[in-house]
Amino acid sequence: MPTLGADMSDGTLVAWKKKPGDPVTRGEIIAEVETDKAAIDVEVFTTGVIEKMLVQPGEKVPVGTVLAIIREAGQPASAPAPQAGPGRLKISPSARQLALELGVELASLQGTGPGGAISREDVVRVAKAGGMRHETRGGTGEQPLAPVAEAAADRLLRMRQAIAAAMTRSKREIPHYYLSTTIGMGRAMAWLGEENLKRPVTERLLYGVLLIKAVALALREVPELNAVWKDGQAAQSRAIHVGVAISLRQGGLVAPALHDTDRQSLSELMQNFRDLVKRARAGSLRSSELSDPTITVTSLGEQGVETVFGVIYPPQVALVGFGKVVERPWVAEGRVLPSPVVTATLSADHRVTDGHRGGLFLAAVDRLLQEPSRL
Amino acid sequence: MTMTKTTYREAVRAGLREALQRDPLVFLMGEDVGRYGGTYACSHGLLEEFGPERIRDAPLSESAFVGAGIGAALGGMKPIVEVMTVNFSLLALDQIVNNAATIRHMSGGQFSIPLVLRMATGGGRQVAAQHSHSFEGWYAHIPGITVLTPATVTDAKGMLLAALREPDPVLIFEHAYLYPMEGELEEAGLVDISKAALRRQGRDVSLLTFGGSLWKSLEAAERLAAEGIEAEVIDLRVLRPLDTATILASVRKTHRAVIVDEAWRTGSFAAEISAQIMEGAFYDLDGPVARVCSAEAPLPYPKHLEDAALPNVEGIARAVRGLLGA
Amino acid sequence: MSVPLTAEEVARAALRILGEIAPEADVASLKPDVSFRDQMDIDSMDFLNFVIALHEALRIDIPEADYSKLSSLTGCVNYVLAMSGGEKTT
Repeated sequence: MPTLGADMSDGTLVAWKKKPGDPVTRGEIIAEVETDKAAIDVEVFTTGVIEKMLVQPGEKVPVGTVLAIIREAGQPASAPAPQAGPGRLKISPSARQLALELGVELASLQGTGPGGAISREDVVRVAKAGGMRHETRGGTGEQPLAPVAEAAADRLLRMRQAIAAAMTRSKREIPHYYLSTTIGMGRAMAWLGEENLKRPVTERLLYGVLLIKAVALALREVPELNAVWKDGQAAQSRAIHVGVAISLRQGGLVAPALHDTDRQSLSELMQNFRDLVKRARAGSLRSSELSDPTITVTSLGEQGVETVFGVIYPPQVALVGFGKVVERPWVAEGRVLPSPVVTATLSADHRVTDGHRGGLFLAAVDRLLQEPSRL
Repeated sequence: MTMTKTTYREAVRAGLREALQRDPLVFLMGEDVGRYGGTYACSHGLLEEFGPERIRDAPLSESAFVGAGIGAALGGMKPIVEVMTVNFSLLALDQIVNNAATIRHMSGGQFSIPLVLRMATGGGRQVAAQHSHSFEGWYAHIPGITVLTPATVTDAKGMLLAALREPDPVLIFEHAYLYPMEGELEEAGLVDISKAALRRQGRDVSLLTFGGSLWKSLEAAERLAAEGIEAEVIDLRVLRPLDTATILASVRKTHRAVIVDEAWRTGSFAAEISAQIMEGAFYDLDGPVARVCSAEAPLPYPKHLEDAALPNVEGIARAVRGLLGA
Repeated sequence: MSVPLTAEEVARAALRILGEIAPEADVASLKPDVSFRDQMDIDSMDFLNFVIALHEALRIDIPEADYSKLSSLTGCVNYVLAMSGGEKTT
């Protein structure tokens, strides 16, 4: 069971997307897991062949529990290949799946469908009669899931609890320091306007991706901020995976990663950002997206906020908050002119960095935003 | 939203009239669309209203007038070309498949063909094999065109108006059996031509169908309901690009699918849908996908033979019962 | 390059798209003259998706400079009709 965020202690396996004997490639979706925050597609971390599933759908297990055994390419099978059930069973694919989910032994089933085939109904009948191997989350076969609305409310409550736990831990353990700077956005906004003129509707950029890219590139210059706190010390990450805070329509928020943010073009970043927001709100994020962020960026400009003093999401060691882009009197070359500006705030972990490095980081963000065409 | 009772034929005519009124670039061309008022009377009265420049009778050469329509579309017009039946459209296959469907791609996007091609399809009217076949599934094989099969009066009108907003060729198949059918016309203009339509909710089986077979499927669903079987009926209505998501969602709910397609079973569009269900919802199936199609013969002329060859209400109900073991 | 749209068609398309973006909102009760953002919870990403969907559904091109004209239902209808009406005379 992968850890998909600080303070996640366990997760429920919802469904396997693969079965024993299936070849899998690193990065492929192998299972669906439900955590306090969302339903997550779990990616497999190695290439090989699935040998055995150790956790059944419906089971809730602690983080770190082995879910399945994968035989890596080239390794011999550890045991003789398992017999594929009781001969050629005449059972519908859906009935087989349901039997697996409800923990009903295939051998205990009697087919009453057309031609003696085992149908879903046959599985449900046996499950109801108590033919389940173990307790599953649904109980009876008729309604394996709680009603949708109830499930949604439940999920919201659990997400609130997860946020509460993470934020409490953050404020208890992390000595935050905050630095704030106002960045002139005249050049960035003018460049964006021109750039978007050239782009079809479907490929236009939001200014948010300029901010995200600037943060990612600035992290190359101050890599101490791109790290996680682990076992009493900071571990810098070579890859820069910026987590972006996304509010969910039903309440709560997630901050999934845009992988290798610094290496994506603005167009790629925009497409991936759009896709990430869409999937975050649809509840179909991938496990690596939740576990990989090396820093978080949050923007509350939409709500009219000017300055954001964010709480660091452990185990990360920094968070950058952006306010609204507003027109303000701005002095440039001795003249006061109206200009769009944005306030950028760094919340950083004082155990890992000091204000001096933090200041350099914000200065780098500012400098990068003055040359938008190079982002 | 206002509702008016009208026939399918009148709905098509209302759509044509509205298109002609709303856009001076629209014109109608085809065999007998002018003085005769259309083989199925869809353009009755339009010649008098819009004149011979915009309601153009064409010579009996499908290849020539469909080609002329493509040329007019290239030149910036918005032609609606009527072909009498899908059987005759085969004479214009080269124009449709090799020209209309390819020019955008072969010109690197420089040219677009906003052509709307309407034609009658389907059997059940005792007009024998040369007027009764269903080839919309063939056309749905071709990338570069949109294939619509309106089955309701609202779709008959609204899909035509939506088709005229497409930058690329759209083929509309009007099931000839439906022309005299009465229904409630929703006066709301455009129909969303990217989505299938759920015509009846059900939990036990999904009936996936389109065109003239929709009504047989709905009737079969009524019959089955009396036996305690609740069939869901999905009107595919857009064969290309196919709304697979709606199909899979329904099958995931009911776990069983029966496809009703008036074309012949072998190599049919029903086969394509079946394959897509297998690819996308195999583990949700509680039984094999079933198909109800026409008998593998040129459609016969005598009524009793034609009836026996075409999908019918009892045949659909029987296929469902077979799947359920009922 | 297309058959001009009617006000009702545009309004229906706009409301359908908004309903897909914000499934929790009661789009039927939106006040047509008040901006969407004052009546429902949509951010700039939602709005961008709205513009893209409108562009795809109605096949109109929408320059970024005109985004502000699409902020309310009435604004959308007037803007789209003006765009397609302008084409009518060609």
